[in-house]
Amino acid sequence: MLELGFFYLFAGLAVVSALGVVLSRNTIHAVMFLIFCFFNAAGLFFLLDAEFIGIILILIYVGAVMVLFMFVVMMLEVNFAKLREGMLQYLPLGGIIALVLFIEIIAAAGSGVFSPEGIPDPGHAAQQVNNTVEIGKMLYTKYLLGFEIAALILLVALVGAIVLTLRTRKDAKYQNISRQVNVRPEDRMYKVKM
Amino acid sequence: MSLLKRAIKTWLLTELFVGLMLTGKYLFKKKITVEYPEERTPLSPRFRGLHALRRYENGEERCIACKLCEVVCPALAIIIESEERADKTRRTTRYDIDLTKCIFCGLCQEACPVDAIVETQIFEYASETRAELYYTKEMLLDVGDRYESQIAANIAADARYR
Amino acid sequence: MTWLDTGITAGIWALEILAIAVPVALGVAYTTYAERRVIGWIQVRKGCNRVGWAGLLQPIADGLKLVMKETIIPTTANKALFVAAPLLALIPALIAYAVVPFGETTLFGVWETAHVMAIADLNVGVLYVMAISSLSVYGFLMAGWASNSKYTFLGAMRATSQMVSYEIAMGFAIVCVLMMSGSMNLNAIIHAQAGGFWHWYLIPLFPMFMVYFISGCAEVGRTPFDLIETEELVSGYFTEYSGMWFATFSLAEYGAMILISLMTSILFLGGWYAPLPVLDFIPGTVWLLGKTTFLIFVFIWFRATFPRYRYDQLMRLGWKVFLPLTLIWLAVIGLAIFTPGVSDIINYWRPGVGL
Repeated sequence: MLELGFFYLFAGLAVVSALGVVLSRNTIHAVMFLIFCFFNAAGLFFLLDAEFIGIILILIYVGAVMVLFMFVVMMLEVNFAKLREGMLQYLPLGGIIALVLFIEIIAAAGSGVFSPEGIPDPGHAAQQVNNTVEIGKMLYTKYLLGFEIAALILLVALVGAIVLTLRTRKDAKYQNISRQVNVRPEDRMYKVKM
Repeated sequence: MSLLKRAIKTWLLTELFVGLMLTGKYLFKKKITVEYPEERTPLSPRFRGLHALRRYENGEERCIACKLCEVVCPALAIIIESEERADKTRRTTRYDIDLTKCIFCGLCQEACPVDAIVETQIFEYASETRAELYYTKEMLLDVGDRYESQIAANIAADARYR
Repeated sequence: MTWLDTGITAGIWALEILAIAVPVALGVAYTTYAERRVIGWIQVRKGCNRVGWAGLLQPIADGLKLVMKETIIPTTANKALFVAAPLLALIPALIAYAVVPFGETTLFGVWETAHVMAIADLNVGVLYVMAISSLSVYGFLMAGWASNSKYTFLGAMRATSQMVSYEIAMGFAIVCVLMMSGSMNLNAIIHAQAGGFWHWYLIPLFPMFMVYFISGCAEVGRTPFDLIETEELVSGYFTEYSGMWFATFSLAEYGAMILISLMTSILFLGGWYAPLPVLDFIPGTVWLLGKTTFLIFVFIWFRATFPRYRYDQLMRLGWKVFLPLTLIWLAVIGLAIFTPGVSDIINYWRPGVGL
């Protein structure tokens, strides 16, 4: 009873905030709506007893990714007049893509894969199962190779981003913070015998 | 070796703990707070507080309207008007000090040849309006009358150094 | 009948939430009082002792004053977000308390088994606290952006980078604890530390304890890392705030500070267990709150002792010292668990955790 109510609450708010993301003019508002949408999605995961996935969604996407997103959005100066310039020109193409996506979603929803009979009812089985442990077991046994490859790709991306952006100018004078911090009184002061 | 010593010192945060111990010691020191309305610190006889106009013992006001104080006042806080009285002496008809202008430098007191204008040890004369901080001759004389003994004592105490 | 049940359940929830939220609010208020007194004492002053007996009504007087003050909203500000930002900062700091277990009780023997005194005994409690407390960032970011001022905007950037950076070190310190306990349930983590202070994670994970606590300082913006709100940097992100909305940011800061203290007590100092088993007759909640109070005192002590870090030094500490240190210790713990011989030593602190 309560659960159903919460489902409609989270699902409804998720849809509303997703619409907000698309429709709001202000990019910051759009990001805030997106954060709220993530929250409601996490709520839906909680209702499915998938608390690990739900929390990770908040921790990674809301706590880290969206912060960086916001940094970027705040730094950009969006010129709305310019954005709207080619509106009519791009409308047919955009409309076709939207239509195709819409039809696909309808088709997928009606295909029967997502019908209640198609999904085994968890029946709160997860209450007895610590799904963090289960995910860990799957990740480190069955999907170990994929997991490690994903980790490696992320590492390469990390190093690549640093290499691309790291430029040390030879003529710039940088402070050596480690040396500053490591200074002891003995290095700077000495007693003079009078 | 000294490098190792230094690394140990750094990673065990020795100097931070030394600092914490020092402040921790002061946590238990006797407190030096003076809880003002109940407790007060002693004031110097030279303390420069609220102004007062003094009188001679016979009740005649000291001020002779020489206007030295008005001239010397760096903040232009003093306004004096004077006239000749029936007994052929020159006296003030108006002696105003705007305490919102006054910077309490004490130059008026220094300049006065007859010790008429003095600064007392009173410092609790806060008011709710600016108008109340505009002291007229009557108010200044009144202050002088009420605190004459204290003023005289302070002048006597400071006389040796003048 | 189901409606009645639902109603009763909701009522009990509301009571539980109140039972946590009200003491937390009071705790926050009196932490400000404690801060002023303790810093006063350390500076050989007496601190505020005028309002009420020993100044105990001071926080209430402060609160009243702040409520009465005018809240100024700059004309060019984004009003909705300007007003929402303090709440975005405060609410995560408060709802993170939902999973904190304050002790175990049998309700004076009414219940047969001991129940955990937490609103939600979540399986992923540690992650929940991490996730929720990291959300305060949005409050700061929004405050800085919505004020529509260069100073607040730069302040918000500064605050956010600092919090995001130190969250990583904190996260890895917590991972070390999780490796020892084998569970993300706060209750289970405390149970794993039962039986005297030599069972606490403080001992095998001492460097992580230091990293966690110091990163906690940086995370909530306390001295020596309080340059997200210093005067010399134009008060950071809340330059434009005044009155109660300004105070809300302080409430969030103190709320987060108490939370960090609670979490440190739970993760490293054995939660509600007494340091010596002999002292177990004192209720666990008293021990937990006592440890928390001590850590809050240490926060205040830090503030009275240390000068402020420069921003680049702060970033260096987070990225070049704490992060490698936590990663190394993570490897050390991992290797220790799987090395024959050493694992016997480390398993002393891992009762009931199989490989």
